[in-house]
Amino acid sequence: MNLSLSITKNIHDWLFNMMPETAASLTEMTLIATVYLAVFAVTGLFLVLLERKVAAWFQLRLGPNRVGPWGLLQTMADALKLVSKELTGTVNADKFLYNLAPYFVIITALMALAVLPFSGEFQAFDINIGIFFLIAISSIGVIGILLAGWSSNNKFALIGAMRSGVQTISYELSVGLSLLTVILITGTLQLSEIVEVQRNGWLIVQGHIPAIFAFMIYMISGTAETNRAPFDLVEAESELGAGFHTEYSGMKFAYFFLAEFINMFIIASIATTIFFGAWLSPFGITESLPWLGVFWFLGKTLVLVFLMMWFRWTFPRLRIDQLLTLEWKYLLPLNLMNLVLMAIIVWLNLTIQF
Amino acid sequence: MEQIVFYILALIMIVMAIASVSSRKMLRSVVYLLFVLIGIAGIYFLVDYNFLAAVQLTVYAGGIVVLIIFSVLLVHHMEMEMEIAKRSKQVLTGLASLIGLGVFLTAIYSHDFGVVENILTTTTTAEIGMGLLSYGAGGFILPFEVISVLLLASMIGAIVIAKGGKLENEDTEIVGRPETEDQK
Repeated sequence: MNLSLSITKNIHDWLFNMMPETAASLTEMTLIATVYLAVFAVTGLFLVLLERKVAAWFQLRLGPNRVGPWGLLQTMADALKLVSKELTGTVNADKFLYNLAPYFVIITALMALAVLPFSGEFQAFDINIGIFFLIAISSIGVIGILLAGWSSNNKFALIGAMRSGVQTISYELSVGLSLLTVILITGTLQLSEIVEVQRNGWLIVQGHIPAIFAFMIYMISGTAETNRAPFDLVEAESELGAGFHTEYSGMKFAYFFLAEFINMFIIASIATTIFFGAWLSPFGITESLPWLGVFWFLGKTLVLVFLMMWFRWTFPRLRIDQLLTLEWKYLLPLNLMNLVLMAIIVWLNLTIQF
Repeated sequence: MEQIVFYILALIMIVMAIASVSSRKMLRSVVYLLFVLIGIAGIYFLVDYNFLAAVQLTVYAGGIVVLIIFSVLLVHHMEMEMEIAKRSKQVLTGLASLIGLGVFLTAIYSHDFGVVENILTTTTTAEIGMGLLSYGAGGFILPFEVISVLLLASMIGAIVIAKGGKLENEDTEIVGRPETEDQK
């Protein structure tokens, strides 16, 4: 019995019976988009709550515990407050770009979600270049940050934006190369096929040594690409106020904030998909119950999200030159050597397969 | 359905292209240009050539536009507006564009395009890779290698332009600039 498949299939059939084809497919697209939007707005909010709880735990505090049971509704209340707040701006700001910038950031974050395989059937857009599409989309998000920093007409915001640009462009290279290392095993870019390859063992096991290196490089550069601590020079509060979103308030600020958390989720779920077998259960223990796939996927992703939060509350912030040294002098050469190593391993058939 | 999407994309691209050349604020025209480039990626998605669409997004939208934005951020101030060109220049540019458009349109309309009945298979990455590296008929190994040499040359050129003077002075200068400055 395949629960998720039958629900979506029933709705699909019902829509196409009721309406002409064009209208039906339009309605279907709108429905899917709305579902994704709603689900991930809420997911983003709960990730914020999770971050606050984890931070509290690391600092021996209690964290939010007043609104709702165990403070579960705290971020919901925050979101409502943010919606009702006034939208301010600076006098000489370039209003058009200033208002456009948050949408760049949030839309690219949401577009990337479309290709993620949450389970065998729950994938909105199974494109044949899945991974490449993800990298392409994530390279556009930085434009939003650059525009936000510049159009605020604020020196600190501008410095934050420049830092963000430098950082994202550099670390994108590492993200791409470390994913490419693993693509060597799968031989395909399509996410659903990458998952199928992992039925013979997760790729981090199949590729053993170079795959583990690739995973470590990916997590480091992924953290840097989402502009999170220890790489949060973009919004280093002791130096720049709040960086590129200093001048934003209310819902526009919330877009940046939400996008950061959704991006963190995306980085973690790409790692889940590529290295840890996406919705596949370990050793196929729940293979007879495919609808459990979503829970496996979310479980693995949340563990990786927790790892990123762990980074954040453990390491001090890097300086900008240390940041660039790390990327260009250590991660990039290591990555290239790792790529060659992986190529040799795939060539000599040294991968571990069950 | 496809027609509607095509016309929407085409409309967006034309409007944004005109806005891009007529806007007097530099960063705004860069953003309009970005929308044109994303529109082209949309057209590639429409004809089901996903790989090229992703390349378009990565290279043009994610790479080149970001570089342009960077250079604008470094040299341009928010209140600056670009000056309006002289009337004679405007006319000349308009004429040149019209001639270009005429050449394109005559070329497109005089060529007899073979209409292919629905090809449902999209070009896969494997096919592109094989095509790029094969030296048989229809292979692109020579252009591929030539372009990589060209890229290497331009990278060396960039390094020489950025650091050439400093490399020569390094022996005489006792206190060099901190190493980290150069990496940017």
